[in-house]
Amino acid sequence: MAIRIEGVTKRFGDFVALLDVSLDIPDGELTALLGPSGSGKSTLLRIIAGLETPDAGRIWLDDRDVTRVPPQQRGIGFVFQHYAPFKHMTVYDNVAFGLTIRKRPGSEVRTRVGELLRLVQIEQFANRYPAQLSGGQRQRMALARALAVEPKVLLLDEPFGALDARVRKELRSWLRRLHDETRVTTVFVTHDQEEAMDVSDTIVVMDHARIEQVGSPRDLYDRPANQFVMSFVGPVTNVDGSLVRPHDLDIQTEPAEAAVEAMIDRVVFLGFEVRVELVRRDGSHVWAQVPRDVAERLELARGQIVYVRPTRAGMTATADGGVTGLEVGQGAVSASAR
Amino acid sequence: MTAATTSAAATGARPVESTARRRRAARLGVRSIVLLYLLLLLVLPVAMVFVRAFEGGIEPFLKAMARPSFQSAFWLTIQIACITIPVTTVMGVITALAIVRRRFPGRWLLNALVDLPFALSPVVIGLSLFLVYGVNSPLGGWLQSMGITVIFAMPGMVLATIFVCLPFVIREVIPVLREIGTDQEEAAYTLGASPWRTFWRVTLPAIRWGIMYGVILTTARALGEYGAVAIVSGKLSGKTETLTTHVEERYLAFDLVGAYTASIVLGLLALVVLLGMQLLQSGRLRRRGPRTSDTPGSAGSRLGTTSPAPDGAATPGGT
Repeated sequence: MAIRIEGVTKRFGDFVALLDVSLDIPDGELTALLGPSGSGKSTLLRIIAGLETPDAGRIWLDDRDVTRVPPQQRGIGFVFQHYAPFKHMTVYDNVAFGLTIRKRPGSEVRTRVGELLRLVQIEQFANRYPAQLSGGQRQRMALARALAVEPKVLLLDEPFGALDARVRKELRSWLRRLHDETRVTTVFVTHDQEEAMDVSDTIVVMDHARIEQVGSPRDLYDRPANQFVMSFVGPVTNVDGSLVRPHDLDIQTEPAEAAVEAMIDRVVFLGFEVRVELVRRDGSHVWAQVPRDVAERLELARGQIVYVRPTRAGMTATADGGVTGLEVGQGAVSASAR
Repeated sequence: MTAATTSAAATGARPVESTARRRRAARLGVRSIVLLYLLLLLVLPVAMVFVRAFEGGIEPFLKAMARPSFQSAFWLTIQIACITIPVTTVMGVITALAIVRRRFPGRWLLNALVDLPFALSPVVIGLSLFLVYGVNSPLGGWLQSMGITVIFAMPGMVLATIFVCLPFVIREVIPVLREIGTDQEEAAYTLGASPWRTFWRVTLPAIRWGIMYGVILTTARALGEYGAVAIVSGKLSGKTETLTTHVEERYLAFDLVGAYTASIVLGLLALVVLLGMQLLQSGRLRRRGPRTSDTPGSAGSRLGTTSPAPDGAATPGGT
């Protein structure tokens, strides 16, 4: 089911959570709402779910205006940040909840819950209580519970936020596979750009109650609309007032055209990639990511003088980090007007 | 030489030994003070009541219990408790929900007002009810004309008991409601449950222990209330006498065995309530512990996955 958000504004007292936000989410896609805390992404998700009512604007699910429709009647599934398990019910009863509320026949409930528990691989914990599950299991139980009612839209609020790094990565690829199988329109909120890049078809970058940019992970990374998006979706370093990705810096041992001189302060081996921290003559810091073999060929070492040249056009850095122009060059786009 | 070493060792060891001894003495001191305190204030007086009541054997005790005025006081006390408990429980849960979940002007005032019965002396509560519902007041007079006597009758006594018991359920439920938050309720909404069904299936089970503690405290207070009830009841023997006022009446009539008997019955009722609370508490702790097998016919057998779940995966509170 496609989601259309039209000019939505939401205030909590004096705090503006969303300001005139419009967004189209196509049917069957996996979309990430990415932004720092307080950017309004969770509020937007809760408004789609019907858990909050917008002060202005409309929400459409396909061609149905659901702005004033309560969450019970929207056909959505919601996974909460801390999973919100029903603590007094077993795992089985948690997953069965939506079906028993709909008064489905017992045999159907049993079959469906059995399927879902197998799908999320917690069938052996069916008669445990949520408190007896690990974080990852609780998370999967919450997913099974939301999927039980066959939602047309699946909404997930920071679904992996409370898990440790390894479980998070597992669940990430698992969610992606699940989405590829079910093709349910899915929107999830995250503040982790790597997670957003890893899982989603489309990323919506939000900051200060507004949408900064919408695009595929690749788009956002290569053609960020502004400085905020650029620095939020990937690493950046500042060379002479121009923001570039650290892997777009070419390091040479001889002076070259358009290259700036710098001294190596630190060389950090991170497996395949090597982080080179540099100090300019004026005391400013720059860092570069180079492949291991390059670092070895150039025999990069602390104290060495090298010459650094951006291989792609950077973005002009402004002090306020607000709207920026782009330097003309390879892969550059004009800063999109909001 | 040997003498010097021993004395050195002795001086070295002495401070250690003496601190240990001092600590032990301090511990014993604290213990005996607490025990003496409890003995003088709790155990001795209560024990004396038992001793005196059964001084002449069980016969006078049973005779006192057979007195019509005792019987009437006992049943009236039970009746008042039976009305007070459901009323304060239902209204208490509704009030707690309003205070925690709703945003309305004057919410803080309501929250403060709930504690009024704790702050006011029961005598003042009784007097204030007397002023509002007495025959000489407009409201009391009107009710009287409708054939409802409040003061010096059971309605007034119930009102007084409800007044003093009002905060218990509310104060027990509010922190539980705050702790569980709205997540589970919102999850139920997104799964299609109406607010009403959400209350019964999600909110109520989550706050049931808070309610139980509130009910137990309410019961204890409803049985034992004296001041407010004494004022509004008029203490008419055999008519508006509760167990507590009956104790006083017997005492003033120099029927000490009668007074002790009623006291013991009150004490036993309190004991039952306290035991109930202990049972609930231990039952709750047991339920919280890990359980491998469940009740028959539960999810596991329904799914045909009765094999115990592999362990080690569960890390409660791992989030």
